[in-house]
Amino acid sequence: MTRPFSDPSVSGAARSGVADDGGRSLWSDAVSRLRRNRAAMWSCTFLTIVVLLCFIVPFFPIIQDPAVQDLSGRNASPSAGHWMGTDHLGRDLLARVLHGGRISILVGLVTTLVSLTIGVCIGAVAGYAGGRIDALLMRVVDVLYSLPFLIIVILFSALAKSHTERLTDGITALTGWNRDAVAPFTGLLPLFVAIGALSWLNLSRIVRASVQDLAGREFVEAARSLGLPHHRILFHHILPNAVGPIVVYATLTIPGVMLFEATLSFLGMGVQPPYSSWGVLIKDGADRMLSNSLLLVFPSILFVLTLLSLNFLGDGLRDALDPKSSRD
Amino acid sequence: MPPLLDIQDLRIHFHTRDGVVRAVDGVSLQVEAGEVAGIVGESGSGKSVTAASLLGLVPMPPGRIAGGRAWFDGTDLLRLTGRELNGYRGKRISMIFQDPMTSLNPYLRISTQLIEPLEIHEGLRGKRALHRAIDALESVGIADAAKRIHAYPHEFSGGMRQRVMIAMALITKPDLVIADEPTTALDVTVQKQVLEVMRRLQRETGTAVLFITHDLALVHEMCDSVTVMYAGRVVESASAAMLATGPRHAYTRGLYRSNPAGAGKGCALYSIPGSPPDPARLPGGCAFRERNTLGDADQCLADHRPELVEIAPGHHVQDCPGCLAPSQD
Repeated sequence: MTRPFSDPSVSGAARSGVADDGGRSLWSDAVSRLRRNRAAMWSCTFLTIVVLLCFIVPFFPIIQDPAVQDLSGRNASPSAGHWMGTDHLGRDLLARVLHGGRISILVGLVTTLVSLTIGVCIGAVAGYAGGRIDALLMRVVDVLYSLPFLIIVILFSALAKSHTERLTDGITALTGWNRDAVAPFTGLLPLFVAIGALSWLNLSRIVRASVQDLAGREFVEAARSLGLPHHRILFHHILPNAVGPIVVYATLTIPGVMLFEATLSFLGMGVQPPYSSWGVLIKDGADRMLSNSLLLVFPSILFVLTLLSLNFLGDGLRDALDPKSSRD
Repeated sequence: MPPLLDIQDLRIHFHTRDGVVRAVDGVSLQVEAGEVAGIVGESGSGKSVTAASLLGLVPMPPGRIAGGRAWFDGTDLLRLTGRELNGYRGKRISMIFQDPMTSLNPYLRISTQLIEPLEIHEGLRGKRALHRAIDALESVGIADAAKRIHAYPHEFSGGMRQRVMIAMALITKPDLVIADEPTTALDVTVQKQVLEVMRRLQRETGTAVLFITHDLALVHEMCDSVTVMYAGRVVESASAAMLATGPRHAYTRGLYRSNPAGAGKGCALYSIPGSPPDPARLPGGCAFRERNTLGDADQCLADHRPELVEIAPGHHVQDCPGCLAPSQD
């Protein structure tokens, strides 16, 4: 638990106890370390911009409706009216990229959240309980590991299709919302669930290992000697200490999941028209690579930069949360 | 009046690949209400395991309570379920650990950790709990406690952290505090301050303390009664005064002889030769025979283990003729 005292203002405030929030947590130390990491901060900025563009800008009229076709202006080059040009049906590519990005990012975030919830719960319980419970849970993980991931996801998506139709009808009947507003989300639900339900395996092992390690630490024994119930020890004392590796792994899961969604979409198994994602756009672009290469180039650049930023951010977080592993 | 804590013939075994390790092998000791009882012994003598078993902190498996009772105010602690034990832990019995650097949670503020036992055991929350915590922190001599209580453990030095641990152990006004080598990890000057805090608070609150240490000098500063442990057994127990004036067992005598404060200037300091026996392969007879240079090793029991006998009122010692033989010099 050594703390770098390189920043004189920090150590001075901490030592005299006059820090206005009454103490610097290891978190705020980690944040200040992250701030000093150039690559991570640039990545963070870039990701913020991309998320803002994808989620807010499409609501402004300057971006056209990605579904509107203009057959007279097909495969147009970039111009003032269409910054990224148009595709083979005359749709504005910028609008398609931004709307597709929304789906891609949503897939990445929601499935990571699903896998985070399952993985942390299973891993924490297995690591803390130990013994038979641990053995049982880890055998389940082993079995799931041995299943062919891609095939399971494809099968599940296919099987769930009829049910999502019913779910859409159910939700629209229940809430009276516009069917077109509900359909994109229920349509993606099987994908979220299938990827999320299978991508928690690594996370659960990571969480289990670090909970196991932490459960043997003296402060956990001290917590036990105070008569704290198990759930409080696990959630209040152990898990906050394991958040570092969890956050890092989650950050690195998002690009993995997005890539997987892109792969599925590229194979035609993922996001279905009329909705598109970066994977769908890249597939469309690849199909028409020779006639209009920009259709491939623009979505690919954005996709690659986003994945790269997420990876940089994940690395930066790891260095910030575990200063012993970093180079400096 | 029965003693507050009465451990009877406690046996704790660890089942390892090397076989059964008898970490604690028939230990009996008593702690009266309000007294400071010391347990002295080398590493591996079973003193910490004895203490840990009282609060159910012995990892099981590999550990197993193979026998014995630990009566605390009429209840056998060893037969309580984890949930029942939680009513005692931190409320009636609390513990101070060896290494203050690792026994506080690095991600939680001191205030959160101090208030936790109050929340759990007394249902106290918010301002009132915070005030109690600040009072507790002041009582262990931390200046500017109202402000410093919001700091994180890494902003405190080792000595301060151990003071926090003491405050945390005493905050619920327990009947018994188990202090497992509370000053071993601290440097000598800080050690003295922390011990003074402990002694002062013990007198003020009248709580009983089970003080575990390997430092015989500390025992005489702190304790009313002393139990000397060796290889999982009690070799000698008596009041601190009695032990200081007349240690009987060769091991206890060896411990006193190896204290530099008692040795004359310029004399070679005595040290007990060898190291404690492998707890998985304890000899059938007296466990101290191999190292017994102050008594008469030839007379040590070879075929059965010596029993504890009372040789004077309140003074018990292992009945091994070799270890009880007077010093040769």
